Amino acid sequence: MLRIEGLSKLCGAERYLDDEPLEGPLKGCLWGMTVRSPVSRGRIRDIVYGAGFNWSEFVVVTPDDIPGPNETYLIENDQPVLAPGYVRHMHEPVALIAHADRDLLRRALASIRVQVDPEPPVLDFRVPPRPEQIQRGTDNVIKQLRICKGDVEKVFATAPIIVEGEYETGAQEHVYIENNAMAAWIEDGPAGDVVVVRGSMQCPYYVLNAVKHALKRDETRVRIMQSPTGGGFGGKEDYPSTIALHAALLALKAQKPVKIVYDRSEDMAATTKRHPSLVRHKTAVDRNGRLLAQKIEVILDGGAYVTLSPVVLSRGIIHAAGPYSCDHVLIEGRAMLTNSVPYGAFRGFGAPQTIFAVERHMDRIAQKLGISPLEVRRVNLLKDGQTTSTQQTICGGTDRHALLERALGETDYARLLAQAEEFNREHPYLRRGVGIATVLHGAGFTGNGEVYLNSKVDVAGLPDGRLEVLAASTEMGQGTNTVFTRLAADAADYATDDVLVGMPDTFRVPNSGPTVASRTVMVVGKLIERAISDLAAQLGGGGSPLRGKALKDAIIAWHRVNGGGSLKARATYTPPPNVKFDDKKYIGDAYATFAWGVCVAHVEVDLRTAAVRVLHFTSLQDIGKVINPTLARGQVQGGTVQAIGWALSEELKFKDGGMANNSLTNYIIPTSDDVPPIRVLFHENPYEHGGGGAKGVGELPMDGPAPAILNAVAHATGCDPLAIPLTPERLMPLLEATP
Amino acid sequence: MNSNAAHKPVCAESDAITIAFTLNGKSHTAKVAPGERLLDTLRYGLALTGTKEGCGEGECGACTVLLDGLPANSCLVPAFQVRGRDVRTIESIPAERLGPLLESGATQCGACTPGVVMTAAWIRDHRSELQSFTTRALMAGNLCRCTGYDGIIDGLERWIASESGGRS
Amino acid sequence: MAGATDLLVHWPIRPEAQDKTYLDLSAISELRPFRWTDVSLHIGALTTYWDILRDPQTRAEFPLLHEAARQVGAIQIQSRGTWAGNIANGSPAADGVPVLLAYDASVVLTSMAGSREIPLREYYTGYRNSVRRSDELITSIILPRRRYDFSVFHKVGARRAQAITKVGIAVTREAGARAANPWRVVASSVAATVRRCPAIEAFLASGALVRVPSDFFASIDADIRPIDDIRSTASYRRTVLARLLYHSLRGVSATVV
Repeated sequence: MLRIEGLSKLCGAERYLDDEPLEGPLKGCLWGMTVRSPVSRGRIRDIVYGAGFNWSEFVVVTPDDIPGPNETYLIENDQPVLAPGYVRHMHEPVALIAHADRDLLRRALASIRVQVDPEPPVLDFRVPPRPEQIQRGTDNVIKQLRICKGDVEKVFATAPIIVEGEYETGAQEHVYIENNAMAAWIEDGPAGDVVVVRGSMQCPYYVLNAVKHALKRDETRVRIMQSPTGGGFGGKEDYPSTIALHAALLALKAQKPVKIVYDRSEDMAATTKRHPSLVRHKTAVDRNGRLLAQKIEVILDGGAYVTLSPVVLSRGIIHAAGPYSCDHVLIEGRAMLTNSVPYGAFRGFGAPQTIFAVERHMDRIAQKLGISPLEVRRVNLLKDGQTTSTQQTICGGTDRHALLERALGETDYARLLAQAEEFNREHPYLRRGVGIATVLHGAGFTGNGEVYLNSKVDVAGLPDGRLEVLAASTEMGQGTNTVFTRLAADAADYATDDVLVGMPDTFRVPNSGPTVASRTVMVVGKLIERAISDLAAQLGGGGSPLRGKALKDAIIAWHRVNGGGSLKARATYTPPPNVKFDDKKYIGDAYATFAWGVCVAHVEVDLRTAAVRVLHFTSLQDIGKVINPTLARGQVQGGTVQAIGWALSEELKFKDGGMANNSLTNYIIPTSDDVPPIRVLFHENPYEHGGGGAKGVGELPMDGPAPAILNAVAHATGCDPLAIPLTPERLMPLLEATP
Repeated sequence: MNSNAAHKPVCAESDAITIAFTLNGKSHTAKVAPGERLLDTLRYGLALTGTKEGCGEGECGACTVLLDGLPANSCLVPAFQVRGRDVRTIESIPAERLGPLLESGATQCGACTPGVVMTAAWIRDHRSELQSFTTRALMAGNLCRCTGYDGIIDGLERWIASESGGRS
Repeated sequence: MAGATDLLVHWPIRPEAQDKTYLDLSAISELRPFRWTDVSLHIGALTTYWDILRDPQTRAEFPLLHEAARQVGAIQIQSRGTWAGNIANGSPAADGVPVLLAYDASVVLTSMAGSREIPLREYYTGYRNSVRRSDELITSIILPRRRYDFSVFHKVGARRAQAITKVGIAVTREAGARAANPWRVVASSVAATVRRCPAIEAFLASGALVRVPSDFFASIDADIRPIDDIRSTASYRRTVLARLLYHSLRGVSATVV
């Protein structure tokens, strides 16, 4: 099935928020802009509005204009909507202004001076804070988590070989091509005025909850609608709540529609990024490379507010031991408060960071023992019946050893190795190498997260017999609407043309949970199937559920009888049987299921410039049943290239705690000429509790490329890179030190 | 007066420049401010919102149009410079020609897509003159964050194959 | 302004740039073409990178112009950006200027008072400063037609396209014995301007043996002053310059072994 909205996107007809005509609710729309902090930490002394502007023509919003608590509703409500007299990171929103003339507004914004008495910021999460830098508890720790299996210290006491390593990953900017954009206006409703917000977002109900909370309104007086969303990758998971509130506050004050469209430099400087990490491994192994004990310490830079860091840390530590069997594992993680922009959700959500560390570490164990990187994985890869670090018993029938062997076969790995070595003997300044990574990714929310979410989906039978899927799950490029249509059509035995997927609108759709965590097809897709099955059973009147034409006819007949009525069935999440997780002790089934993958990278290092080029890249993935091969392949290829960028070139440069390279010229994502074709192979092993038999696909592709590429660089050059992005500036000193 | 015009850059009437140019094959007259970018003229002045703004610095290519037949970033083109010239936007490309790009997965979120299609259309129509360049090098001015580029490159190659012989 | 590809970057958020006055040259057709004489190539002020890329004769005679043009941004910039604009913008990371310098280009500056021709190597006086008076325009660039038996251009950017130069070199060696030293070595992004490197040129002509890249350091340090900035580091730039020179000239110059 072809992407439903694909042609409309290809010919430029798809209307993102800033493309909408300024008519209807947007008639008379003002532009809104954000006054931001010029420093990383301090007390605001004054906001000085520049001379030469008639400020009475501008709408100005300060914290005093917030009807409810000045809090952004999330895990902890510690992030203000507008900094109330105290700023904790550079570019933090301080006030808002609006005007109809965008150029005039830009000039006015530039004239505003936020005067701050600076206080000492924390800008390096890796070092313990000094007393004057403490801003949370006694140690700036946002969250601390621990996984303990067996007794690592006992093993270390007698272990024959211990391998240690320290690995670092940098921040990463999402670079969705559509910048953040949000509009808000006020409408009349039966219970009083309604604040309507429409814009680019992943999670309409997150936005709803945030707007309700800070505006002190209930859900009958706040309405959130998604507009076509030009990419998210996690970057539009929580931050749109902030922009929605800003637009809503301006609209309320102005009593006019207001549109906030970030330009690229503002979007890059002010919004969330992937958490930087430092991971330390201490591993006991035997001479064959068998893992005897893994002690892992994970430290994340959380940034200035709690936001999503506790759950990113949680996913990070659960993935930190890799797809390996080991009887003694101790993982300790903490997220640190700093005065950086809050770090947030980004494809993989903590797992790519810890998997980078463990997969580099596995190669270094092999190196130390003088065995091959394949051997150390063959010895340790989980088999069904063995347990993970949280003592979750792995089952499901995927043979990870067979996956590895298939990837090696398909890439002709042995020949690649031999060719690389021959090439390196001959060439004066190019060095080739091959690297692998074996990875896992827990699908859906961690632990009991899906139970707490309690997601719901409605399926409506329309008067003409068609079905409409009503869910808050968003299309942001990954293919939600196309796959939902396919799953619904298959469940109902309908033609895909007879299925509609409504644009998320909190007045129309129930909360099917956020569009994150590779959960949409697997979890929400399953709910769609169940809702349709309920509807079909309901109309079947106790007989067998209706399908196809019989269902369609029954829906039409129902509407004839119940003219004007609404025919809907709702499915609510229930966890698969026997899935239990103790979220205090971190013991049990951390995820209902895992997706598995193997990556093989073939790279070339130019000794003249220390530039690394990926020559070939193969990704083999077990994502359950593949619902739409083109879309699934696109997820893997796109995720892989995003991971190549993270591994090699995407580096945030900071100045005084703010992003200094906040432009696409200076923040380097790959172009088409920087990456090879990404070869994608699927291992299809249907997962019975996933929609259409699918597991998650969105994030797994992000996990393997960085370690596979660095392992390949190590093979090519004999040096030992431990940190990403492995920019030429970072690799050159390593090359200079390598004989 | 189209509905987006309220968000077009404004200037004093006496400073406005009237330009005549060819837009998607038809002659067109527009009044532009001296500091106006072609991108803003198209999007806000003419409601041709298929052309997107991704970066405002000529890096991402989302705003690519064909100016006298060559791809250009409309965010870096002063609007008055198109006087007497030929401008083609995504709105000039009929959807029914784009099947190969749809089938290959060339679009995901769609924000880079119109720019990608404009560059691809130029490559497609000039393939014989561009033999010394790889498709990947020619497409390097259009950043895409979703597809990893394979869907785009494959789609372009299918597009070239599907229409080869049809046009010179 | 010509192609405006430098001027309009981030234009909406640069009110200070909007408040200046500019002279648009783009419609002056006399500035557009490039033309050949028996002894030189004249590149008009509006000649774009793409104009050169399309032309087989320049590719045959001045291959580095092609090498450089291919690596400017991507087609969207190549179609609009001009060689003269690249000189006028004065960036030390300019892509076009190094190869023009390596070909001993000169610049024609024209004002109401007349025209003068200045060797490009004497054009820059400091960071984004030049000998061009405010009443003068660059109207053309002149490249003498000579025979070269070696030429190379390397641009090291953070990616293969759409990159700003972190360090670059252009090197030519003139065939025959017209000049005392046949080498032209130009480095970019390693000093306040793109610049010729007389110490490296002299070192190459001196007959001294070069066995490892670091043998270039003494002459490199005499010629350039790289800095740490948002795009790279001084140490990386210096190391890469040495390595590029070494591997480019190894086997080309009898002294680089």
